[in-house]
Amino acid sequence: MTTASIPVTPARIRAVPAAAKRPGLPGTLRSELTKILSVRSTYWTLLAQAVAAIAWAAIACAGTVSHGIGPGFNAAQVSLTGQVALGELIIVVLGALVITSEYSTGMIRTSLGVMPRRSVLYSAKAMVFAAVTFTVSLVTSFTAFFVGQAILSSKHYNTTLGAPGVLRAVLLSAAIVTVFGLLAYGTGAIIRHSAGAITSILGVIFLIPALAQALPNSWFADVVRWLPGGQALMPIASSARSVSNHLFSAWGEFAVFSGYAAVLLAIGAWLFIRRDA
Amino acid sequence: MIEARGLARRYGDKVAVDDLSFTVQPGRVTGFLGPNGAGKTTTMRMILGLDRPTAGSVTVNGKPFAELYSAMREVGALLDAKAVHGGRSAYKHLLCLAQTNSIPRSRVDEVIGIVGLEDVARKRSKGFSLGMSQRLGIAAALLGDPDVLMFDEPVNGLDPEGIRWIRLLMRSLAAEGRTVFVSSHLMSEMENTADHLIVIGRGKLIADCPIAEFTADGTALATTVKTPDDQRLAGVVTAAGGALDRGEADELTVRGLSAEEVGQLALTNGILLHYLAPARVSLEEAFMELTADSVEYQAKTGVQK
Repeated sequence: MTTASIPVTPARIRAVPAAAKRPGLPGTLRSELTKILSVRSTYWTLLAQAVAAIAWAAIACAGTVSHGIGPGFNAAQVSLTGQVALGELIIVVLGALVITSEYSTGMIRTSLGVMPRRSVLYSAKAMVFAAVTFTVSLVTSFTAFFVGQAILSSKHYNTTLGAPGVLRAVLLSAAIVTVFGLLAYGTGAIIRHSAGAITSILGVIFLIPALAQALPNSWFADVVRWLPGGQALMPIASSARSVSNHLFSAWGEFAVFSGYAAVLLAIGAWLFIRRDA
Repeated sequence: MIEARGLARRYGDKVAVDDLSFTVQPGRVTGFLGPNGAGKTTTMRMILGLDRPTAGSVTVNGKPFAELYSAMREVGALLDAKAVHGGRSAYKHLLCLAQTNSIPRSRVDEVIGIVGLEDVARKRSKGFSLGMSQRLGIAAALLGDPDVLMFDEPVNGLDPEGIRWIRLLMRSLAAEGRTVFVSSHLMSEMENTADHLIVIGRGKLIADCPIAEFTADGTALATTVKTPDDQRLAGVVTAAGGALDRGEADELTVRGLSAEEVGQLALTNGILLHYLAPARVSLEEAFMELTADSVEYQAKTGVQK
């Protein structure tokens, strides 16, 4: 007679307490927080974003110190450009992965098997990703700002958080990274394939502004404020009231990108709820 | 209890599940059998609300899955043992599932103990063997201590010890009064496990009966006999509506008649028998016979050498 090394024990040792409320958003938010904090890609992408933002602030500010300032110089913008322009490119990887990895690993079937309310799962995932990203981005945004200003202070080019528009620039620079992350999340929900989603977003961010350069100057001036990536991000990083008359204000550009993110999130939600998983 | 009523699913022109109605009762292991591609997984996916039926409906404890009060406390399912994020540890995987339904951490530790994964619970599941992944999937299914358990091909790729463990587990879950619904494409796996069988082929219901009945019905009945007088026996058996095949080592197999009937025929006709025994047609054989017409990709007869 053989004995199995793993004995069959009863499947219940103590009774599982009954649900006090119907499982919904609160539990799913805790679950999604456990998920995002228990995989390495989260740490790698957020660390990469922080390093890129802070390193860029240091390099750009050191360059300004050695070459001197030109017209249109803005102390906040020099220290925050890396956060906005590089942070955006890196965070889209995490934003897409948060949802596409569920499909590539098959985890989505397990996730929906325990939380079949799809709108709850979709929104909990987005909310947790946004909260984690915004928290980290706030830290990197402030750090990049202070590092940059410390370098600029050697020539007294620096500004302070109390100066007009500076706090707005630091906060919006963190927020815009989160917005791009959510845009990638929506795209990920639509495409459901990691490489496909990341490539399409980066393609749009890189290609569209580059292609637009080929347009006649006057046309380009009319569309540049609507283009993802590139110049349209500059008012967000700047403390100036207006960066260029071809661009919207900081809040205006922020609203444009938030609008794109909202549309993609909504399409993603609709497909997530309707499609077979 | 799982109830399917007129359940159907098409993918484009391809019919995966066709007007399927059945009930899976609590307190017993119900085997869900069919050749590969018969629609078993699609049916299970529809039970979990992963796929939408084209027609009909399926309920668990009287409700569509998505409308259950606490899904994990009512249904535990293992569809694909590899459907986990390999970068996450087994413990965190179970924890994130438990949290959705407010199941305490103590239960996570408990199920890890039940499936015997204590030693590797903190390791990333990427490196798990198939057997360990199956245990992790079963732990996940047990988390909510559910009334209904569903396993899709749970013993695929397991070693004999793992197979035996899952078999015993399923039996003990059913003995605790739970509904256990387990799919397989191999009849032999069900032989010692299932109490009841639901057999499908090409998405259609072929049989829904207790396992004992499955072998006892007319087509499967057979008797093995040995006689020095083959010719005469063949004559009387055929006259009585049976069929006779030559088996191994002078044995004959009579189909369509019971052992009692064959014995009576031999006595009445004065035919000497050296041996007479009811041949228990294996479930495998009965299953092959039943599903022969519905195997989706039938192998060509004749092997190329």
